[in-house]
Amino acid sequence: MKRFRGFVVKEFYHIFRDYRTLLILFGMPAVQLLLFGYVLTNEIKDAKIAIYDPSKDVATRKITDKILSSGYFILEKNLNSVSEIEPVFRQGEVKLALVFETGFAGKLEKTGTARIQIIGDASDPNTANMLVNYATGIITNYLVSMNAKQVPSQIIPEVRMMYNGELKGVYMFVPGLMAMLLMLISALMTSLSITREKELGTMELLLVSPLRPSQIIIGKVFPYVFLSFVDACIILGLGNAVFGVPIRGSVALLLLESFLFITMALSLGILISSMTSSQQVAMLISLVVLMLPTILLSGFIFPVENMPWILQILCYCMPPKYYITIIKSIMLQGNGIVYVWRETLILAGFTSLFLTLSIKKFNVRLA
Amino acid sequence: MKTILYIIQKEFLQVFRNKSMLPIIFVVPIVQLVILVNAATFEMKHIRISVVDLDLSGTSRKLTSKFQGSPFYQVQSTSFSYREAEDEMKQGKVDMILQIPAGFEKRLVKESHAKVQFVVNAINGQTAGLVNAYSTMILFDYNRELVMENANPAQMAGLRNIQTDYSYWYNPKLNYKTYMVPGILVLLITIIGLLLSGMNIVREKEIGTIEQINVTPIKKIQFIAGKLIPFWIIGLFELAFGLTVGKLLFNIPMEGSLGLIFMSASVYLFVILSFGLLISTITNTQQQAMLVSFFFMVVFILMSGLFTAIESMPEWAQNLDRLNPVMYFIKIMRMVLLKGSTFADISHHFWSLVIYAVVIISIAIRRYRKVA
Repeated sequence: MKRFRGFVVKEFYHIFRDYRTLLILFGMPAVQLLLFGYVLTNEIKDAKIAIYDPSKDVATRKITDKILSSGYFILEKNLNSVSEIEPVFRQGEVKLALVFETGFAGKLEKTGTARIQIIGDASDPNTANMLVNYATGIITNYLVSMNAKQVPSQIIPEVRMMYNGELKGVYMFVPGLMAMLLMLISALMTSLSITREKELGTMELLLVSPLRPSQIIIGKVFPYVFLSFVDACIILGLGNAVFGVPIRGSVALLLLESFLFITMALSLGILISSMTSSQQVAMLISLVVLMLPTILLSGFIFPVENMPWILQILCYCMPPKYYITIIKSIMLQGNGIVYVWRETLILAGFTSLFLTLSIKKFNVRLA
Repeated sequence: MKTILYIIQKEFLQVFRNKSMLPIIFVVPIVQLVILVNAATFEMKHIRISVVDLDLSGTSRKLTSKFQGSPFYQVQSTSFSYREAEDEMKQGKVDMILQIPAGFEKRLVKESHAKVQFVVNAINGQTAGLVNAYSTMILFDYNRELVMENANPAQMAGLRNIQTDYSYWYNPKLNYKTYMVPGILVLLITIIGLLLSGMNIVREKEIGTIEQINVTPIKKIQFIAGKLIPFWIIGLFELAFGLTVGKLLFNIPMEGSLGLIFMSASVYLFVILSFGLLISTITNTQQQAMLVSFFFMVVFILMSGLFTAIESMPEWAQNLDRLNPVMYFIKIMRMVLLKGSTFADISHHFWSLVIYAVVIISIAIRRYRKVA
């Protein structure tokens, strides 16, 4: 036990003496959370639009006003003909074009119907879809208010946005960022610190020491459990203090689940390191194989339910997906363990799978 | 010149002899491209709703059937208690609750307007916005139907209608894959390029082999060129490969000139590789280099406009984003491939990349010392 403690102390020295790494380890989550908390939003705000309005009458001006005062759109350019839309789109600034028909107000008055064409630059289909929806919504609302006196019966929707009244993007990104950073830091750092000893040749020294292999691994991993845990607390604290992301459920449960997830990521790191012998390969595996799937297939940005079913199956093999589900459920919905026991069990399953595999793979002899 | 060739040869040998590196550099990115491109959609196909109908009247049933009939919605459950429905939302089984209060039909007839409740799970603000928009649209259509049924001719005559037609240019079916392929391709070559170059020199430092190179008569510039060119070739090759895969599998449009793409790509790769080189010169161990690259990579990627629109970022962030090379290149790729933009359209982005390249490489060369 004393030997083991000595080993753990050595590992801590290793980390704490390398102040640059330490700075990055603690600074990175903080900086990224602050940056992304402010920057990453899917909310549409000030999207640039172009308007072609040949009628220039009361009705078109009113609709234009409604659209521009919504906060979603700002006017970039008044077009003089429909053929100007193409070049404007190609320059890439303008995302949406509105085309009123000629004699708009007159037609509306006489025939009761007038037409607006909404053209979206769908080279970005997600944004285009949303912008067109928003613009249509604004025009529809205008229409409803115009007809209000005439209409005999009307159903009015009362909308309640649960858990996230202001539709803030941060609510999505804090859980996602937690999962990504914890996953990458934990898996990456352990896999590197073990392969480093192999690459520099010092692994031999450790292997001939009276420490048992399991002690070596646990000793290697232990400091990173601690560090990742601190990181998790930093992210949670900042998310709560700066962005007002609530923690509605039990904090203890949240920390326990984070602990489980960190352990899972660390065992994955051990597995990677037991399969490789150079830091470069270990790092490429951790980053190239883990980074994009963790961002894309975990529900961090794109909802899993919308994906094709083959990908959904793949998503179910991604540990971060479960963690994100768990922390969203605890933090934002205020749920207890009753709602997340299944995900918790799956994470535990992943952990034991990775650990068993890496113990099988771990060699006491190197070459 | 000959010296550079030897260095290049050495680097290539090192990459190609490492059996575990090769698949990571060439196979994994392409596999990821093929798989991940399918993931990037916000499109809502099955909005799962739970209906709490406390009225059980003809009108309320008709309203429910409108939702049922829409291809976007899928009625997951019906119940008579809001509690039950909310519990299902907590378990993540439904995205929206449609609650119709008791006395709904009566009120509609008597007071001429009645309320229904949409309760949307808004953890993902963006999809919640879309769910709301779709639901309001369905309700709007149903309202029109009601009006047609109940209004008298005088009221009908006073009704106004604005018809909105929408069309989506460049991508009428809103196929998000064609949009994501160029973007994800850029990410993949960025990650590979930055990691390979970032870890390269620092590795020689850590293992100690840099000493051997430092004592040779090779010039700084030759050494750096020799280190960069192999990865530059690998990166361009990978881009060509990825574009071919994108064309064959996803049939991405290639409206503009490929020459323009590769011209920009060669400048862009130069920026990324010099960036890696700079990281390599200011760090001492591979671990540090990796962490620094990881930090910049995540920032660059998430701010690149690939996943979230740059326009919706706050002003200061958009200004900060001018320092993000990934952003420029993703814009160029998308503009040229999808919209057929010409050099004049992308010249601003292109020259920004050129300036970027010059600045970074001169800092990197300055920082690199042939002294241990």
